[in-house]
Amino acid sequence: MTTATTTTAGLTRPAVSAREYRAARFTDALRSEWTKARTVPSTWWALVAAVVLGIGLGALISALAAHQYAKGLASARAAWDPTSVSSAGLAIAQLAIGVLGVLIVTSEYSSGAIRTGLTAVPRRGRFLAAKAVVVAGLTFVAVEVTAFTAFFIGQALISGHAPTASLGETDVLRALVGCGLEGALIGLFGLALGGLVRNAAGAITVLVAVLWVLPGVAAALPASIQHPVEKFWPTQAGGQVTDVIRQANTLPAWAGFGVMFLFVAIALSAAFFTLNRRDA
Amino acid sequence: MTHGPAQPPSAGQKIEASHLSKRYGATLAVDDLSFCVNPGVVTGFIGPNGAGKTTTMRMILGLDHPSGGEVTVGGKRYRDLPAPMREVGALIDAKAVHPSRTAHHHLLSLAQSNAISAGRVEEVLGLVGLEAVAGRRVGGFSLGMCQRLGIAAALLGDPPVLMFDEPVNGLDPEGIVWIRQLMRGLAAEGRTVFVSSHLMSEMALTADHLIVIGQGKLLRDEGAGEFVESSAHHWVLVRGARLDRLSAELTGAGAQVRPGVDESLEVAGLDSRAIGELAGAKGLILYELATQHASLEDAFMDLTRDSTDYRASVAA
Repeated sequence: MTTATTTTAGLTRPAVSAREYRAARFTDALRSEWTKARTVPSTWWALVAAVVLGIGLGALISALAAHQYAKGLASARAAWDPTSVSSAGLAIAQLAIGVLGVLIVTSEYSSGAIRTGLTAVPRRGRFLAAKAVVVAGLTFVAVEVTAFTAFFIGQALISGHAPTASLGETDVLRALVGCGLEGALIGLFGLALGGLVRNAAGAITVLVAVLWVLPGVAAALPASIQHPVEKFWPTQAGGQVTDVIRQANTLPAWAGFGVMFLFVAIALSAAFFTLNRRDA
Repeated sequence: MTHGPAQPPSAGQKIEASHLSKRYGATLAVDDLSFCVNPGVVTGFIGPNGAGKTTTMRMILGLDHPSGGEVTVGGKRYRDLPAPMREVGALIDAKAVHPSRTAHHHLLSLAQSNAISAGRVEEVLGLVGLEAVAGRRVGGFSLGMCQRLGIAAALLGDPPVLMFDEPVNGLDPEGIVWIRQLMRGLAAEGRTVFVSSHLMSEMALTADHLIVIGQGKLLRDEGAGEFVESSAHHWVLVRGARLDRLSAELTGAGAQVRPGVDESLEVAGLDSRAIGELAGAKGLILYELATQHASLEDAFMDLTRDSTDYRASVAA
């Protein structure tokens, strides 16, 4: 009998060797989540949908709105905000962004991969935080690319038909950066919903309800209810940061963003709490 | 470089459960379970389906929260391990992989989470024989390929403790032999190997030590050999002339005798030598005298008969 030189686990050294390794850190979990996000097609489909819809619809809406401008009432001309017109397509892009956040977590529940993931990273807070950073980063970059591209295309289409905006004007840059920030919050809200509901269909339904259906219902109600909802409903309030001209019944840009930020932070905390308490 | 005899990778990497319980509503899936899984041997974790094996393994991995008691690996709770995949490798559910991801990327994401080098991913893919399909999506894998992928993931961190839940499910005969040798080899290196199965016959070929549970309760915790000895009855098959008289003589000598098939007797309480001598002394002719050993399967069936959750009811 010869001495075993190769071990079963295919080690070049014996298993007896000192087991020295460094502890896993947050950055390791982050790298892992980035690999997970970039190696499934659904991530790229959602991002391509967001960018294409955001730019395409933004261009369409810019062209149509610019041609209506001359025929519009004086009040409508006073409220003319060429920056928010060119980024109007982002409302649809946000759905794709929210769905991306949902799928990052629900795809793990539907396949059972969540158990593999939590075995590798058993600290629930680290696990969720790493996902959150990846979702926020991906969605912020995608929405910023969309917002700036849509801005330049939109202003070119508006030019000659209605007043245009330029980056140097007051609050225009803030509004465009705000698009990415709001997009990141919607991605994170999708992530939180995915963690809370644990299934894609349910989480996307809640997402659509919160983003569009409930604010839409409020619009049909008397002004006494409608106005506070418009002002404080998280996704409505968050949208203020993307506008240059402040509309009636709205919070100031950053105050509105703060409301939405707080709302998403609460949703993520709830997601962490359930992830930590429930059996995986 | 010298190679001594296999020693524990790091001394005392035991899995220790102490008064572990898990309640789901009114059902007590795991009931006050205490056991210790030691390095250097393959420990079989057996019980009928629904006995609580998977729940116990999930609690070891920190996936499920115990309703009572605790379980540690190397003295630590799983969640407190600084890099868990370096300490414990586990295969719980082979299909628990995102179907659109390739085998390589699946393993890479796991390796990165525990600061394991990307080179190790290629190594374990080779070890389980999946290098040729590393770039293919897992959704197209057979159950057997998924089992191999799950084993590759368990081996990524070169851990001193390994846990496999029903690892032979879906494997072809060649794969079953492979994993049996793998588990024995891992234990021979001094690792702690904890493997569950509802198939006693499989454990008979692999396990040195057995932890048997039924309805969440610990039934046995002993060596595989002792398990058969202690729970099984040996008996002797006897054929011969004048069986009625032989039966009376054996009963008179203190044996339990019952009629067997095809003109035979099944005798317990006396060994074959004593039976032969008795027959000789009485001038009775024997045609056949054979000791029957109960198998692990028989012992297991005996033990768990009363604790099987889902048993086919036999029409009376």
